[in-house]
Amino acid sequence: MTINGKAYIAGAFEHPTRHAPDKTVAQLHAEVALGALKDAGLTRDDVDGYFCSGDAPGPGPASMAEYMNLKLRHAESTELGGTSYITLAAHAAEAIAAGKCDVALITLAGRPRSEGMATGTAPRARDPNQPEAGWEMPYAITTANGYAMCAMRHMHDYGTTSAQLAWVKVAASHHAQHNPHAMLPEVVTVDDVVNSPLIADPLHRLDCCVISDGGGAVVVVRPEIAKQLNRPLVKIIGVGEAVKHLAGGTFDLTTSGAARSGPVAFKEAGVTPTDIKYVSIYDSFTITVVMQIEDLGFCAKGEGGKFVADGNLISGVGKLPFNTDGGGLCNNHPANRGSMTKIIEAVRQLRGEAHPAVQVKNCNLALAQGTGFQLATRHGSATLIMERE
Amino acid sequence: MPRKITSPVVTSETQPFWQAAREGRFLVPFCAACGKAHWYPRAICPFCASEKIEWRQGSGRGTIYTFSVMRRVSEPYAIAHVTLAEGPTMLTNIVDCDFDKLSVGQAVALVFKESENGQSVPMFAPV
Repeated sequence: MTINGKAYIAGAFEHPTRHAPDKTVAQLHAEVALGALKDAGLTRDDVDGYFCSGDAPGPGPASMAEYMNLKLRHAESTELGGTSYITLAAHAAEAIAAGKCDVALITLAGRPRSEGMATGTAPRARDPNQPEAGWEMPYAITTANGYAMCAMRHMHDYGTTSAQLAWVKVAASHHAQHNPHAMLPEVVTVDDVVNSPLIADPLHRLDCCVISDGGGAVVVVRPEIAKQLNRPLVKIIGVGEAVKHLAGGTFDLTTSGAARSGPVAFKEAGVTPTDIKYVSIYDSFTITVVMQIEDLGFCAKGEGGKFVADGNLISGVGKLPFNTDGGGLCNNHPANRGSMTKIIEAVRQLRGEAHPAVQVKNCNLALAQGTGFQLATRHGSATLIMERE
Repeated sequence: MPRKITSPVVTSETQPFWQAAREGRFLVPFCAACGKAHWYPRAICPFCASEKIEWRQGSGRGTIYTFSVMRRVSEPYAIAHVTLAEGPTMLTNIVDCDFDKLSVGQAVALVFKESENGQSVPMFAPV
């Protein structure tokens, strides 16, 4: 069974807040849910499927279903870190294709900024039953030094440079200047990035995404419903998933799970990387973007540094416009999870609703790619290909 | 003042490793069925699913597969994946060295460092 053409993204909403000390996480989830439903022209009463991840308060979907007073016949919580929302969009399309729900709501929200979380530089607490816990916690692996190890090996194997990585941030900043909600709307240069303080060699402060509060939601519906709504039609045509890990101590840290999730999504969609007009690529760090662009086939493995240089990711300038909202590097990174906003900006591009300064012309095919958890140990990858009908 | 090392979780699967470490011995898990060493240690071989796991004395020799020096903390430290002479690559720290002189491919040798509760934890230093 394919999901190509079986589901549409009818509603999308990004919370405008970047700092929400006066709101609860449940409240933020409900606000983005209502925003996405309003965007679609639907109401809470239309929702029969709810999809969430570990940022939703409570163990699974029941707490938020109760808070929002949803009447559900299908519910799912999937935890793959930051890529969970692309994964959930895929699962929503699958559930709709299988007849298990008609209107699927997916929400994300969190407040790591208000809660003062040392997102990247402190080890995360972990369940002692996790079998790897004893083999990782003594060494203080954090988000930042893990991704830095991927960058270090990529540089060793392929000659990738800090200046090339910096171009990812430079391109994001060129887009963020047009986003009134962006946390970091200032345009930066390669020199700004490579001269910012080292966080974990070889990643600098400006190679890292922001820490923000906020959230987002999307509504996925069956075709008959999408065609009754007064919104541009954004059809899901291909999805792919993968989990990559250390495989008993035999691994290559220069490749992400996108090398497996990408080809699956392209095959289902019946398109190739050269067909794609716009990409949303999870940008937890600059290196994350370079690796995923290679793994999705937009350039050869090891050529990502050269590919992203010289403005090639800047809308209207380069060949592969990416993250035209400013992405996690400049705009926001709600709940430390970046893939919901990746879907939302791709939907804006396909609808022609991106900021005019960054809107890609004739944008009929877009891809959203996410990775979640830790590229240097275990991570999920999800790829979503969408078509403007 | 060196960084405080979080004490490892010791389980029924990994108790022999940590007991040997307290005696200054570095064990590597090998599968008697397929002959391969794996990391991290577990009771079921990740390559062939056999339960015939044997603890063998490791050489304590390896090379740095990749590393990163964490700078934005009060006590900078080097995290690394080190490829053991026995085959698998393990997460660890590189210690007792000038962090600015570390490189991918560098030869390293095992040293034990004590965690907060006195457990010896395997780490590596340049040779």
